[in-house]
Amino acid sequence: MKVSYFPGCTLNTKGKGFDRSVREALAALGVELEELPDWNCCGASFPLLVDNVLDLAGPARVLVAASAQGDKLATACTTCYNVLKRTNRVIRLDRERRERLNYFIEADYQGQVEVMDVLQILRDEVGFEEVKAKVQKSLSGLKVACYYGCMVLRPPAEVAYDDPENPHALDELMASLGAEPVLWGGKVECCGNYLVAIKPELAMEMSYRIISSAYRAGAEVLVTNCPLCQFNLDRWQRDLVVKKGGFRPLPVLYFTQLLAIALGLDPTRYELEKHYVDPKPLLKAKGLLDQEVG
Amino acid sequence: MARIGVFVCHCGFNIAGVVDVKRVVEEIKKLPDVAFAADYKYMCSEPGQNLIRQAIKEHKLDGVVVAACSPSMHEVTFRKAAASAGVNPYRTEIANIREQVSWPHQNYPEEATLKAIEVIRTIIEKVRYDESLIPLGIPVIKKALVIGGGIAGLTVALDIANAGYPVILVEKGEELGGKVRRLSGLYINFNAPDGFLEEKIKAVMEHPNVTVLTRSEVKEVGGYVGNFIVKVETPSGEKSFDVGAIVVATGFDLYPLQALGEYGGGRYPDVITALEFERMLKDGLKRPSDGKEVKSVAFVQCAGSRDPQRHRPYCSKICCMYIAKQASLFKQKVPDGQALVFYIDIRSQGKKYEEFVQRAIMDYGVLYIRGKVARVYEEGGRVFVRGVDTLSGRPVEAEVDLAVLANAVVASPGTEELAKRLRVATDAFGFFQEAHPKLRPVESLTAGVFIAGAAQFPKDIPETIAQASGAAAKVLGLFAQRELIQEPTVAYVVEELCSGCGLCIEACPYEARALHPWKGIATVNVALCQGCGACAVVCPNKASRVRNFTPLQYLAMVEEIAR
Repeated sequence: MKVSYFPGCTLNTKGKGFDRSVREALAALGVELEELPDWNCCGASFPLLVDNVLDLAGPARVLVAASAQGDKLATACTTCYNVLKRTNRVIRLDRERRERLNYFIEADYQGQVEVMDVLQILRDEVGFEEVKAKVQKSLSGLKVACYYGCMVLRPPAEVAYDDPENPHALDELMASLGAEPVLWGGKVECCGNYLVAIKPELAMEMSYRIISSAYRAGAEVLVTNCPLCQFNLDRWQRDLVVKKGGFRPLPVLYFTQLLAIALGLDPTRYELEKHYVDPKPLLKAKGLLDQEVG
Repeated sequence: MARIGVFVCHCGFNIAGVVDVKRVVEEIKKLPDVAFAADYKYMCSEPGQNLIRQAIKEHKLDGVVVAACSPSMHEVTFRKAAASAGVNPYRTEIANIREQVSWPHQNYPEEATLKAIEVIRTIIEKVRYDESLIPLGIPVIKKALVIGGGIAGLTVALDIANAGYPVILVEKGEELGGKVRRLSGLYINFNAPDGFLEEKIKAVMEHPNVTVLTRSEVKEVGGYVGNFIVKVETPSGEKSFDVGAIVVATGFDLYPLQALGEYGGGRYPDVITALEFERMLKDGLKRPSDGKEVKSVAFVQCAGSRDPQRHRPYCSKICCMYIAKQASLFKQKVPDGQALVFYIDIRSQGKKYEEFVQRAIMDYGVLYIRGKVARVYEEGGRVFVRGVDTLSGRPVEAEVDLAVLANAVVASPGTEELAKRLRVATDAFGFFQEAHPKLRPVESLTAGVFIAGAAQFPKDIPETIAQASGAAAKVLGLFAQRELIQEPTVAYVVEELCSGCGLCIEACPYEARALHPWKGIATVNVALCQGCGACAVVCPNKASRVRNFTPLQYLAMVEEIAR
């Protein structure tokens, strides 16, 4: 199966480990991700002004390129997913803005492309049963706290492909890899998002709650599908160890990194060394990574 | 030769301000068979009605046209007035020259006057061929069916039985008593319901007029008001009953925990519904997860209620009070325990209800926190309830042993299917639809089917009992009649013209049409027919007709317009 792929800026720069694990894990599952040619930034936040369509021109151009290549567009970055999905929805439902956009970017696009998150593709196109059948290295004994970025769930009516209050796709995927997803209260709590730029102490406090919650629930590792969540949750832990008595750090991984490992791919390709909290000791302890890896 | 009287109403200025009523009267007087025509300021007033009565007597009228407002306003008024002076009410018709003439054509008085004349002329043609009809009488079977054996059904059954009529009480479950049986104590005195419930059940079971069928379900309902035929599936096979009235008292259910993802979606053992907490108050306050003593409880009100985006938009009405009761009962049993109540508003509308809530706060030390709960979860054997205190404007998080959710009240399972069998409507949330939200709250829109208790909407015990007695009174009102009076303007079949094709049977929305068992023609059940005319439209032979709206009449009316 061939699916068009929009990596987005983050996966092209800081999130290379995420990008590579997405491409290689999906390839191992028979999904060939075909990168869009000459793609541009999605805009990185969905504009809420209704009388200015110029802000939608960027994501619309991406969608037009995707429409030339196929009927589905995959993204792994949850922000890109949110922006592209909502832009596509505007194009589908709002005739006036559709016409102005098409006029401006010189296209004739009606919103026919289906924007899909990689996790959604794994669930609906590949199927978790199929994933389970392809597991080479079971993650058995690994207690995972699954953390869902808001961007794939909110606003529910526009983007959610899972229960927005109690999402479970990631938990099911992890279970199919042999891991043990823990029951916990933090899976849809906000990580602080862009507050990290203007009120870092607040973002840190929010991360603290989420990580402590996962720890209380018995998790050994936290997995997420969102690059910004990954950063926020990972980044502050060094400071938290100093500031909060009794704080125990937890590695924060992209779910596709664990997926790739379970599918028998080489873990050293996914920039594990770039994580703030080193996940390698845990992976080694669980027999998922060679002891020799530095 | 007919002798028709035409009465043109001014309706103050409503009609006369636009239509030249004097000219209308002069023009109408010229028509054949019009024996009398007059105008008056308010024809519906007592002097106006007297004008009609007098004219009928003086001019020996045998048909009346009142040119006034919509027939839905005053058709009954004028038919009564005409009948009292000796004109058959079904030869009294309204020509609507207000809603259909003077109001929409306010700026065109000349055209409006001409249109008024035209409307009246067509109605004169209708009256000319109107038959004198007498209302139909339909017998009533004086036996009632009550569906549901909770507090509502028990009350209805007992009220009807005590008035001397037989009742069949059908209950799906093993035993009578419904949800009330599961309660540990009641507001506003904490008394256990067992005493009065057992008394009521005993009275019903021992009543010579009541037949109780438990583990039974209504499978099929046929017939119509006064004459229903009901098939009930019982453990000893299917039974059929003829009854005159049906009361639905099927109660409620709780919105499932699984649907409340934000409160754990049923995954956490120590996050329970208030009904489960009732059992705990009876059997002992032990945590479901580890059996430890419960020392602190957070009560979460509006769990799924007042949430139009994710859950139910309505207020479930009973929760504020039972939560105050549960929190107080908990404090009675565990005086050193902590009880927290998260609420949006406290709705304590009832006799001594507000005082009861105040007692929970002042005497029992229940801590009320005004704010909706955002999330409930369990970690490391503790339950966390996170919300906001809107009075201090701060987020709050409580760590407790147990969280009790006041789940939204929803319709009981099977309501939709039962409603279909009864041909009764349900509302957007699956509760039985009352005939009118203010004026007819205990009737359904299907004649002879009544509603009692939470099957219509969440209700507490006193309200349920009040409505149940109301429904019983409606049933008894029906049984007090020797026969039911029905409008005679229903469909009929001209037998010589009917080919028995059956198109009218399919077209009838009221199941009033059937094929005659041996004559090979269609028949009309006049008790079910509402006179809508759907059968008359589909009949290829014009054999199906509606009384006083026959082809002869409407062709004469069309001809008059086309003249």
